[in-house]
Amino acid sequence: MMTPLLAAAAPDGLNAYIPLIFVFILATFIGLEVIRNVSRLLHTPLMSLTNAISAIVIVGAILVAGPQVGDDHPLWITILGLIAIAAASVNIVSGFLITNRMLKMFKSRKPEDKS
Amino acid sequence: MTPESRDAVVQLAYLVASVLFIFSLKWMNSPQSARRGVWAGVWAMVLGIGGTLLNPAVAVSSLPWIALAVMVGGLIGVPLSKVPLTAVPQRTALSHAFGGLAAGLVGTAKYYLWIHDGGHNLTTFRMFAISAEVILGFLTFTGSLMAAGKLQEILPGRPITYRGQLIVNFLTLGGAIACAVGLIINPQLTFLFPLLITLSLAFGVMLIIPIGGADMPTVIALLNAYAGLSAVAMGFVLDNTLLIIAGALDGSSGLILSIIMCKAMNRSFSNVLFGAFGSAQADTGGQEGQTVKSATAAEAAEIMEQADTVVIVPGYGMAVAQAQHRVRELYDQLTKRGIKVKFAIHPVAGRMPGHMNVLLAEADIPYDDLVEMDEINPEMPQVDVVLVLGANDVVNPAAKNNPKSPIHGMPIIEADRAKTVLAVKRSMKPGFAGIDNELYAMDKTLMVFGDAKAVVGDMAKTLAGDSGMH
Repeated sequence: MMTPLLAAAAPDGLNAYIPLIFVFILATFIGLEVIRNVSRLLHTPLMSLTNAISAIVIVGAILVAGPQVGDDHPLWITILGLIAIAAASVNIVSGFLITNRMLKMFKSRKPEDKS
Repeated sequence: MTPESRDAVVQLAYLVASVLFIFSLKWMNSPQSARRGVWAGVWAMVLGIGGTLLNPAVAVSSLPWIALAVMVGGLIGVPLSKVPLTAVPQRTALSHAFGGLAAGLVGTAKYYLWIHDGGHNLTTFRMFAISAEVILGFLTFTGSLMAAGKLQEILPGRPITYRGQLIVNFLTLGGAIACAVGLIINPQLTFLFPLLITLSLAFGVMLIIPIGGADMPTVIALLNAYAGLSAVAMGFVLDNTLLIIAGALDGSSGLILSIIMCKAMNRSFSNVLFGAFGSAQADTGGQEGQTVKSATAAEAAEIMEQADTVVIVPGYGMAVAQAQHRVRELYDQLTKRGIKVKFAIHPVAGRMPGHMNVLLAEADIPYDDLVEMDEINPEMPQVDVVLVLGANDVVNPAAKNNPKSPIHGMPIIEADRAKTVLAVKRSMKPGFAGIDNELYAMDKTLMVFGDAKAVVGDMAKTLAGDSGMH
């Protein structure tokens, strides 16, 4: 009796997405915990670093731009993907470079702290 | 390689990339390990991209085009990483815009691709995820462009408000959500999709129009969270755990920074987004004929020379005047005399979280001397001189004493409790929030009028000339 009921409640198999929701919730908890410990000094570099990290959307853009163009995959879809790749690449390159540039400036008074 | 083993390699690369992303952020907990964090992030990105290129769905013939797109992005990215540090808030807003655009475009492409396939792949859950991705992505895109425009002063920085603004905003967002609901019920209602995109783009613009300069730190942090969440939504659309994890990390970072910013202003999210803070100045009236005492830069320098401890409170004015290097000279002159100098940093000083710290670090001021508001306030009564440099609302005692003030309840750096206050200001014009500051009228306060860079330069020069005579 239970099975058809469940199936009706989730006709497209929400069950299949439960593992992904688990990943999302756990990653959010890790994120909150890790970010809470980030030094307040570094909030600006933190933001540029997460900018670069969120440019991981390039993975999705590559998957959209990647397939062979043809009847199954119209050219304009590929073009959207390529624009998205370019936009994400801007963030990867500028995000990591500027984060590194800013972090190089943070120096301690005690020279032995250099590492 | 068999398709199965190839898939295993891809998943393994994603797994290592996810772990590296987490370490990348973890190492940001101290300035010593932070640069290692950047490298962890770079390697994670390389693994993520490399793994994706191994995916059998990516045709070899597409690779040159992908490489070209990456190069185009890189060519724009390199100059964007070299902007002066005072322009970092705009750059950050701009990169949120690029992130939002990428997410929105991928969501759009996936929707039409699946419609093209007949729509059987557009399950309820996927359609929900695509809608979330498109709404968040496109509203982040236009909202961040607006924020960048305001910060770069291409657009007016003052809040723009009109009657019925809230209703129009809610109708726009409501319209976008209604389109999403329609599509989730029936993905074949393709006419709703362009409407969904348009309304999301419009909502991004309308969300930022009423927000003033002083609220920018919160808004940038919030847009950061939206950009992260749109990446999470993309991960659900594409069944991709790496996207979900990286997006969740980005989203939680934006969320925490927004909460810190809101707390530092004693305001709620909804108040920042819908409150149009800057419009409050109308209620407080103009200057009530405050009488202030003023001093020259040389006189101020002599006062500091007599002190044992000096606390400098920097604000956006320091960034605008590019005064950080002169501040360093002053810092050198004072510390040379054995005077203890500390910088008190308010969380919302400047135009983005941590803005002041980066500017002072650029001027080679050791980070050990940058202290937070909560740390410095208990020491304030023992401080001989507080030098307020281009800060205003963050030292306004009205936040504690005047329940009628629009900033009442906001935690401040308690400069008014120090023995002497020196305030460098261009003129008696009130700060960004448009509120009078009674600190300037106090008996122990001396105003030093002029451009922050010139004034601080003069102070340093006075002290330097002085030490030459000994």
